[in-house]
Amino acid sequence: MDVSRARSALRGWGGVVAMAVLCALAPAFVLLLPCTPQAPDDARQAGQKAVTGAQARADGCVDAEAHERTPAPSGADGPTIDAIKARTGAKRKLIVGVDQNSYRWGYRNPNTEGARLEGFDIDLVHRIAEDILGDPDAVQFKAIPTNQRIPAIEDGRVDMVVRTMTITCGRLEHVAFSAPYFKTGQQVLAPKSSPITGYDASLAHKKVCTAAGSTALAKLEADKKGGRLPATTDLSTTVPNQLDCLVRLQLGEVDAVVTDGALAASQAAQDPTVELKGAPFTTEYYGVAMKKDAGDLVRRVNRVLVDYRAHGWQTSYDDWLSATLGRDSAASKPPAPQYRRSS
Amino acid sequence: MTHPPKSSAAPPPAGSAGAAGVPGIPAQPGPPGFPPAVAPGVPPARRTAFAEGAERLRAAATTEPGRLRIIGAVLALLVVAFGAVTAWQTSTRSAAADDVLHRSQPLSYGAAGIYRSLADANTAASSGFLAGGQENAQSRDRYEKDIRSAAAGLVTAAANAEPGSASEETIAGLNRLLPEYKGLIERARTYNRQGYPVGGAYLRYANEKMQKEMLPAAEDLYTTENRRLDADYADATPYPWVAIGLGLLALAVLGWAQHRTYRRTHRVLNHGLVAASAATAVALLWLVVGHMVARSGLDGSYEHGIRSLNVLHDARIASLKARGNENLSLVARGAETVTVDGTTYDAYYRGFDRDIAVLGKGLTEAARLADDQGGTAPVEAAEDDMAVWKQRHATARAEDENGNYQQALDKVIGAKGATAECFDGVDRSLARAIAHERAEFQRAAGDGRDAMTGLPEGAAVLAVLGAAGAVAGIGRRLSEYR
Repeated sequence: MDVSRARSALRGWGGVVAMAVLCALAPAFVLLLPCTPQAPDDARQAGQKAVTGAQARADGCVDAEAHERTPAPSGADGPTIDAIKARTGAKRKLIVGVDQNSYRWGYRNPNTEGARLEGFDIDLVHRIAEDILGDPDAVQFKAIPTNQRIPAIEDGRVDMVVRTMTITCGRLEHVAFSAPYFKTGQQVLAPKSSPITGYDASLAHKKVCTAAGSTALAKLEADKKGGRLPATTDLSTTVPNQLDCLVRLQLGEVDAVVTDGALAASQAAQDPTVELKGAPFTTEYYGVAMKKDAGDLVRRVNRVLVDYRAHGWQTSYDDWLSATLGRDSAASKPPAPQYRRSS
Repeated sequence: MTHPPKSSAAPPPAGSAGAAGVPGIPAQPGPPGFPPAVAPGVPPARRTAFAEGAERLRAAATTEPGRLRIIGAVLALLVVAFGAVTAWQTSTRSAAADDVLHRSQPLSYGAAGIYRSLADANTAASSGFLAGGQENAQSRDRYEKDIRSAAAGLVTAAANAEPGSASEETIAGLNRLLPEYKGLIERARTYNRQGYPVGGAYLRYANEKMQKEMLPAAEDLYTTENRRLDADYADATPYPWVAIGLGLLALAVLGWAQHRTYRRTHRVLNHGLVAASAATAVALLWLVVGHMVARSGLDGSYEHGIRSLNVLHDARIASLKARGNENLSLVARGAETVTVDGTTYDAYYRGFDRDIAVLGKGLTEAARLADDQGGTAPVEAAEDDMAVWKQRHATARAEDENGNYQQALDKVIGAKGATAECFDGVDRSLARAIAHERAEFQRAAGDGRDAMTGLPEGAAVLAVLGAAGAVAGIGRRLSEYR
């Protein structure tokens, strides 16, 4: 039969054609993925991890797993810790880059004596200082704007940055991160009366404020290009610190703010007329950032974090964050740390 | 003026004395220009008034009385012209000197005051912020006073700005920004009291508005007003060469006329002409001496007043900027850095170093310009305070760099032994020096302006007298021909 002959011929060619189709599809996926966020998970699973669009790196780093690339904890001293310990007199301090504008994370409380820096991040800093130098107050705080966090570490102006800093692949190229100590996600903040409903089409023709150099800005720019965010959304307002966005929002210069949910909640806590709109649309982990070659310090901080997660984390959460993020800390708890196997 | 025959010289020949006989002198052919007057019914070919006047003049010049009339007319005209030009040139100079004293200098001073008030308000606000929720009454009062004087300064500046000028636009801009700024500071204060860090964000926003929009505008205004002051000086001081030249010419012609009279009559004195010469000479002398005194007064007021004032204002602004940077370095806590030649510095500390260097240079210059005890003493006091300030600042900065934030804060805004005392000392001394130099300026410029008092009117009166004298003198000679 002609038909059966044709079928057998097809069968013969079928594998080749299927392979050709797959070969054509693979680069198509590479091109399409950044534009189609709802890309089926199995496509990503299909050995394509290395090419999942903008977040992918040559070394196979994926932002969602970037927090698993930290070395295993260790209490051993190394050159970096030795150098810190070698500081003498008034200079025997851990120099830490922090924020002084993130309510309940790292902020100057004007109503304490000397307007002390306080917050969740600051508690962690004291804990690390106590472990390394034996004195929780042996810290020199340096306020660092969002876009200066990496340069400050690279230039050696600070030993570490504990400043609501998200672990990303891009940042891992410049600095080393500890294991995650907090989990959050980007969220939209807008006035309660605003028609904005969340991270969606309601942002069309709206001005959105972000901090320069933040993950929020990077995500928004990528999504705007990728079409997930309306093209009419105005992202031109960038400020040195996420809190400056609240000022712009209150003055009516912008319509919404996008920042980490944890920080957005801090902003909402300072102004009862604004609220978080919609659910978090990303998952991010905060880590302590250090110099790339300071392996001993990273391991040391990881050891502190192991201990801290067990004792201290919850107390600190209750002290600072339960009022703004809710009493239940489950959503904010970092995952059990996964360490890089080699080195 | 250059054609006397056309206007004032014409009437006398046409008058009764005209060719009216002059019986003593015969054999003068009938002036050809006269027939029309004799026989008005027969108009000859029409000629222009000028041609006719020139004709008459030529005719008159052929007779001695005619010549005398022309001479008299020229003399009167020269003296009157001299008086008029003197009155005009001195009154513009006197008006410019008055502007220097009562308009442009006060406005330039006012503009400097606006700048100072704004910068000081910003510094006071940041000090208040550093002090935390318990902002003290002193820094609050200082801030409020600064805002009030800036607002008052703007009203004065607005009242004196020419409509449609660049200054008016600048002032309007500042008037709009000032309440905006105040609103931001009030919000910062409120949030600060509640313990919310967004208060600090408002302060930074207000500071940005001040540094990037308001202070540059205030500086523009100051520059514009200073240009106006320089222009007024330029109008008040140049020599009135035209008046002086005319005066000398009038004197020369008067001398020649007297010499001519002497040659013809052997009479040494002609009272009228002597009186005219005297009046002209007095007016000329008054003009030259008065102007020289005024000029030296004004130049002195510039040399000893304005130059010192400019240097002192700049020094005061430098000290304010230095103080602002000192405060902001603690507000920012190392958040702002600049990289120069590969080394990274705290932006505000670097700004402080630059400003304090400008202050030092300014004070040295001010000390050099100060020419009496009243001017030198406050500048020296300011220099002493600045030296202590630098020392204390170095200690405070060392504390800050060692991470002893609280100690650094105490050494900057604390009550005793803090750099705040030194800054206040410098500011007070500079205010005193400025008040002194301003008094110097007002005295010198006032003297200068007073030297020209009555000069325009006096010159006019003397010129009229001189002209009358010349006419009388010539008339006396003329009457001898009747």
